[in-house]
Amino acid sequence: MRALVWIVEDTWEMTVDEAAAYLPADAAVTLLHVAPADVEHVAGAAGRGLLGRRRPPEPERPLRAISDAAAEALLADARARLGREAELRARRGRVEREVVAAARDADLLVLARDGDHARLGPRSLGPAARFVVDHAPCRVLLVWPDAPPGLDTIPPPPGDHPPRPPRADRTHPRRPRP
Amino acid sequence: MPDAPALILALACLGVALAAAVARPSWLPEPLAAAGGAALLVALGVESAADAGDALADLAPTVAFLAALLVLADGCRRAGLFEAIGALLVGHARQRPRRLLAFVFAVAAAVTAVLSLDATVVLLTPIVFASAARMRTSPKPHVYACSHLANSASLLLPVSNLTNLLAFHASGLSFTRFAALMVLPTAAAVAVEWLVLSRFFAGELDRPRVARPPDEERRRLPRAPVAVLAVTLAGFGLSSPLGIAPVWVAAAGAAALTLPALVRGTARPAALVRAAEPGFLVFVLGLGVIVAAASDRGLASAVGAVVPAGDSLLALLAIAFVAAALANLVNNLPATLILVPVVAAAGPVPVLAALVGVNVGPNLTYVGSLATLLWRRVLHHEDTEVDAGEFVRLGALTVPAALAAATVLLWFAARLV
Repeated sequence: MRALVWIVEDTWEMTVDEAAAYLPADAAVTLLHVAPADVEHVAGAAGRGLLGRRRPPEPERPLRAISDAAAEALLADARARLGREAELRARRGRVEREVVAAARDADLLVLARDGDHARLGPRSLGPAARFVVDHAPCRVLLVWPDAPPGLDTIPPPPGDHPPRPPRADRTHPRRPRP
Repeated sequence: MPDAPALILALACLGVALAAAVARPSWLPEPLAAAGGAALLVALGVESAADAGDALADLAPTVAFLAALLVLADGCRRAGLFEAIGALLVGHARQRPRRLLAFVFAVAAAVTAVLSLDATVVLLTPIVFASAARMRTSPKPHVYACSHLANSASLLLPVSNLTNLLAFHASGLSFTRFAALMVLPTAAAVAVEWLVLSRFFAGELDRPRVARPPDEERRRLPRAPVAVLAVTLAGFGLSSPLGIAPVWVAAAGAAALTLPALVRGTARPAALVRAAEPGFLVFVLGLGVIVAAASDRGLASAVGAVVPAGDSLLALLAIAFVAAALANLVNNLPATLILVPVVAAAGPVPVLAALVGVNVGPNLTYVGSLATLLWRRVLHHEDTEVDAGEFVRLGALTVPAALAAATVLLWFAARLV
């Protein structure tokens, strides 16, 4: 079994821990990190808005170097935390598309939710994870980056209102909730 | 030469100079395009040599001021100020992305105000990027904040933006009065940025993080550049009561940071000349002459017909929004050169409203103006893999609100101080 584990900066530890807990011992693991090209681009391109300034060297070089070094260190730390052999893969581009493309030859993709982690529901997936889950060409293990929220965070179904108190009650001051 | 063909010629020269600055062809460096255009207009009699000389003499102090500020910022870089800021950011953020964003806001606003938006864009942004990488958090909110604040926070002081320097000279305000009028508008623009960015990036900022040991390294800022900047700022404030032109204060600050480095041999004279960007200075001078020619031959009256006169709240709002539109049409440097002489007739406050527009407006894009963005797309300079949509959406959320809030507070401040 070939397993691809997509890690992002903030939540990589939990993703790796879940992968370590749930991947079979014989799985060939690949750890994937994707650097968002648009951020580096914005950081570098703001300089081009400074009309008429020509500042050698172009600021994009050091940015690329910083980004590459950070991704390399993150992947190495993730492998150490995983505690087993793993291929390391660093990509750059549109994050969600790079992840889907990398999952092409995987049997299982492991990723963390990247949205609201306080409530169960569709918002627990941000745009990137949403795209990846929707388009993944393989099985998906979708983990919570921290303890999953309780069932009581689901709003009641539409039309299912708690019974209203009799009208007369409402004139009384509200009792403090227990 | 009659006015109509003269105006067309001047606008064509302006277009060529701007196109050269955006496209940067190797066969036409933009200083050559601007200076050549200016020379051509004088040779063809569109602008008399005397008028061109007046325009140059008018711009010369501003350009010298700019050169001193560029050398000052470069001296701060050489003294390690920006690396120290990076260590400070990571240390104070204590592994919390929202805290990091707050410190990025504070630092980007301060660097922009004191050392100009060039310093934030060129010197601070890579440091912020590296700080986010070191903290292992998504770099997007922090890099976008730098990019936005370089524009929004550049309202505060005459030295915060080249557009301010140009307008400062024309407005006749003292350094302190300029700052006093602009402190509320700057605060409003930065507040709008905070409200929008911290919500827009809530997903990135609120991701659960495993407790990691905080970065213990908490370096102090290097003393020399901070002391020089503090004394220089105080000097700016005292310049008008003492009757010294602020350009001399900037020159003294630049010298205080550079001369010791020259003596010690840590900086070479050639590197200092490069830091002052002589090509860019020539470009500004050339552009100034070209715009003066276009203004004299009818552009000023055309712009004057669109821009309302006076300093009522409505007039100020209209000036700010027209200035923002013009900045996006042609980039904010020529927009300032075109607008400031027109609105300066009604006093200093309309000039500051125009500055609000030309400084905040470019946040609609990350390359300075929509024209530049489209142009670069057409010329395939932009990586098509990059999705600019998010940045443009963010601009649409912040720019109109920041323009309106800053202009209303400018109007209020003008009644107060």
